[in-house]
Amino acid sequence: MSDTTLEVQGLSTHFLTRAGVVRAVEDISFSVGRGRVLGLVGESGSGKSVTGFSVIGLVDPPGQIVRGKILFQGRDLTKLDERELQDLRGNRIAMIFQDPMMTLNPVLRIDTQMIETVLAHDNVSREEARQRSRDALGMVGIPSPDERLVSYPHQFSGGMRQRVAIAIALLHRPDLIIADEPTTALDVTIQAQILAEVQKLAREVGTALIWITHDLSVIAGLADDIAVMYAGRIVESGPVAEVLDKPMHPYTHGLIGSVPSRNARGSRLRQIPGMTPSMLNLGPGCAFRARCARADAACAADPQATAPVAGRTLRCFHPQLEMTA
Amino acid sequence: MSATSHDAAPMPPKQETPFRRFVSEYSESPVAVASFVLVVLIFSIALLAPFISPQNPYDLAQLDIMDGRQPPGSKSLEGLTFWLGTDDQGRDMLSGIMYGLRISLGVGAGSAVIACFVGTALGLIAAFAGGKTDTGIMRLVDLQLSFPAILVALMILAFLGKGVMNVMLALVIVEWARFARTARSAALVEARREYMEAAQCLALPKWRLVFRHMLPNCMPPIIVIFTILVARSITLEATLSFLGLGVPITEPSLGLLIANGYQYMLSGKYWISFYPGIALLVTIMAINLVGDQMRDVLNPRLKR
Amino acid sequence: MTTWMLRRLIQAAFVMLVMTVIVFIGVNVIGDPVEILISPEADQAERARAVAALGLDKPLWEQYWRFLSGAVQGDLGRSFVFNEPALKLIAQRMPATLELAITAVLLSVILGIPLGLYAGLRPNSIGGKAIMGASILGFSLPTFWVGLMLIMVFAVQLGWLPSTGRGPTRELFGVQWSFLTWDGLRHMAMPALNLALGNIALVLRLTRAGVRENLPMDYVKFARAKGISPNRVVFVHVLKNILIPIVTVVGLEIGGLIAFAVVTESVFAWPGMGKLIIDSINVLDRPVIVAYLMMIVLLFVVINLIVDLLYTVLDPRVRLETKE
Repeated sequence: MSDTTLEVQGLSTHFLTRAGVVRAVEDISFSVGRGRVLGLVGESGSGKSVTGFSVIGLVDPPGQIVRGKILFQGRDLTKLDERELQDLRGNRIAMIFQDPMMTLNPVLRIDTQMIETVLAHDNVSREEARQRSRDALGMVGIPSPDERLVSYPHQFSGGMRQRVAIAIALLHRPDLIIADEPTTALDVTIQAQILAEVQKLAREVGTALIWITHDLSVIAGLADDIAVMYAGRIVESGPVAEVLDKPMHPYTHGLIGSVPSRNARGSRLRQIPGMTPSMLNLGPGCAFRARCARADAACAADPQATAPVAGRTLRCFHPQLEMTA
Repeated sequence: MSATSHDAAPMPPKQETPFRRFVSEYSESPVAVASFVLVVLIFSIALLAPFISPQNPYDLAQLDIMDGRQPPGSKSLEGLTFWLGTDDQGRDMLSGIMYGLRISLGVGAGSAVIACFVGTALGLIAAFAGGKTDTGIMRLVDLQLSFPAILVALMILAFLGKGVMNVMLALVIVEWARFARTARSAALVEARREYMEAAQCLALPKWRLVFRHMLPNCMPPIIVIFTILVARSITLEATLSFLGLGVPITEPSLGLLIANGYQYMLSGKYWISFYPGIALLVTIMAINLVGDQMRDVLNPRLKR
Repeated sequence: MTTWMLRRLIQAAFVMLVMTVIVFIGVNVIGDPVEILISPEADQAERARAVAALGLDKPLWEQYWRFLSGAVQGDLGRSFVFNEPALKLIAQRMPATLELAITAVLLSVILGIPLGLYAGLRPNSIGGKAIMGASILGFSLPTFWVGLMLIMVFAVQLGWLPSTGRGPTRELFGVQWSFLTWDGLRHMAMPALNLALGNIALVLRLTRAGVRENLPMDYVKFARAKGISPNRVVFVHVLKNILIPIVTVVGLEIGGLIAFAVVTESVFAWPGMGKLIIDSINVLDRPVIVAYLMMIVLLFVVINLIVDLLYTVLDPRVRLETKE
């Protein structure tokens, strides 16, 4: 098995609505290796969730993947039919959602929702499926799993529900987990616990992890690599330490500047002026130029992805090559 | 944006009133517009029946028993064409339907209007008086709505006996509760709006506050309920008349016309029941479709 | 849970009490009680005797008390037409009506849910749109007219089904039922479908709305992300969620169907209690009317109680709240 679990090449996912085309994801490329964590960062509406759903093949109409390849362990997922995707989902590729209050079915017991996942992919007895469900609950730190199995979701707190969702994602020890802002809706302390546990599991099992978030501080502590999305494109990517230390894209720079930190205490937080552009019928050119201090006439053309330093990519005509702040 | 400057053609600034916006949003659905035209047409036929119907079905001098149960398209002895056939009395069905519409719409729409006034007034009183009055009125509403309309109407007619007035009374009693509930919930929403606080600060008399300032803002849901209940009243009246509990034989509504044809249908003379039924169906459908579109347009949750 | 049950029972008893007052007032205050309770053919002396026997010379509250205690003991007077206890007459006719109503409920669920699922899963297909259009028709069509048209097409023109009556019955648990014989079923087909029509449309629309509302929810996407089959997502995950409002509405509609059977029974000459009440109103057989009204109110109260209970059983969220 090669070391690259997932390689996305030139993926574009568009929503063909009556009002026009929304290029939610446009020509993005990235890869994640075994046991590695990729942080996918961006504001809401930047296309990061759609990226996640594209990989697992759950983009709802009117959305569709229009171009690009999604190579999972060498197989192109965009070429697979629904049946083959269904075999991969929950089995080799799992997903964790943002709002734990909404992801579990409110009228089905936890055991029903877990056992069906086991039985969907493995031909085992119900008893064994139950055993595995119980073990998975134990693994994510849920006390007295036997009792918990026969409970309904509403009997759990938000943090506990997210643990259940993670336990479901781990049932088949997947090769890739896509986590779509899984800790945003949780308390900070619970967030830290879950982060630590997921990171540990990823390392131990060798699972590749795509962690989608808008929270740079989470990425800083968790991820190996980072990809920053803006208006459907990856504007900058690379190893997390390098990108956060020496951001080159003005947008990344702005994002980092707007995170409160200890040593900057007392000084004003900087914010990025303006608003995210409407994604509907977005014209050519750098989508960030309206908010960018460095923008000029050149930015009306599409910036191509370049590799200014080995291992990093960038889409900008006027990169900021040294930190000024 | 420079690209958009040329297509922003100089339009005369049209005044955007809520009514204009309503009309333009309503007109987006061709089916709804057609239904509205149809409703207007049907009401006009009912109104103008004495002037446009081929014969007066209640003038016994114009009827000839020899023309009885003629199929559609046949001619009378005097050369009058019965486009929709005749009933057992030799009455032209087309004329019968036109006059029947008068009674069906009169009873149905009339009782809905009365129920609307009574129910809305009680609903507003409940919302404003609060406390015991509110509880009392709403308990009554709940009790009544927990029984189906047909049963309540049946009960009232069993106590009061038949007759146009009694049917209307029964329909009003059946329907006021829905208006009351709708008006009350709309009023409670409006009462919390800023303009009501502002009006209160002006120390306007309470009745003026309720009827002049608040009622117009409560109207959209009431109008929607009204259209639906007009259709329902018409159906219910027809049903009661069909059962022989509604209007008397001297003032036959569509329901009674259909009932009259029932016995002849088994011998294949379908038209006596069929065409009044079609008239009833088209009327109800058209009103319902108008109501549907109004609900979509007036529903604040669906606002684009 | 027990306090909740107790509260519901007291509520139900209160509704019953209010209805006895309303029916009593309707019969004794609005109408002329002598005319209502005594056969129109009775002469002067008979009238005087009856007034005394019925206690109509007594104060109103005392009369009400007699009426109420009679009602509790199952005595609601004798029918003028049949000269039998009114309640017994109603009880005899009830199985025919219940049979019809329950068949109609089954039909509305069996037809309504699959059609609604289809329309909900394929809202833009021709089939989905046709189903929705037909459902508007189902709401708008006056029941009695549809009944007539069914008779015209299937009994008169095609001659496939019998037009009226109940057909042969067979005894089960001491009651005569039509559904146990083939010919009985043939007699029941049209009336049951006719009665069910509005409810089929209702269930269908509820199902479709539920599907449209539930499909975009995260739990559906999560279920799909688990790799379970699309059928299981729809028939287990989504259906279980939308079944809760459907069961509630269908349950509450049983009462409506029993009341509405009045119309269907009149069209198809189905010998149930609905036909009896219409006949009784037409000949002013008031004891039967009173007995019918009290009986149907009782049925309603009992059905509402059962539906409430069922609701708590179905929805785990409600169940927990009422337990605490």
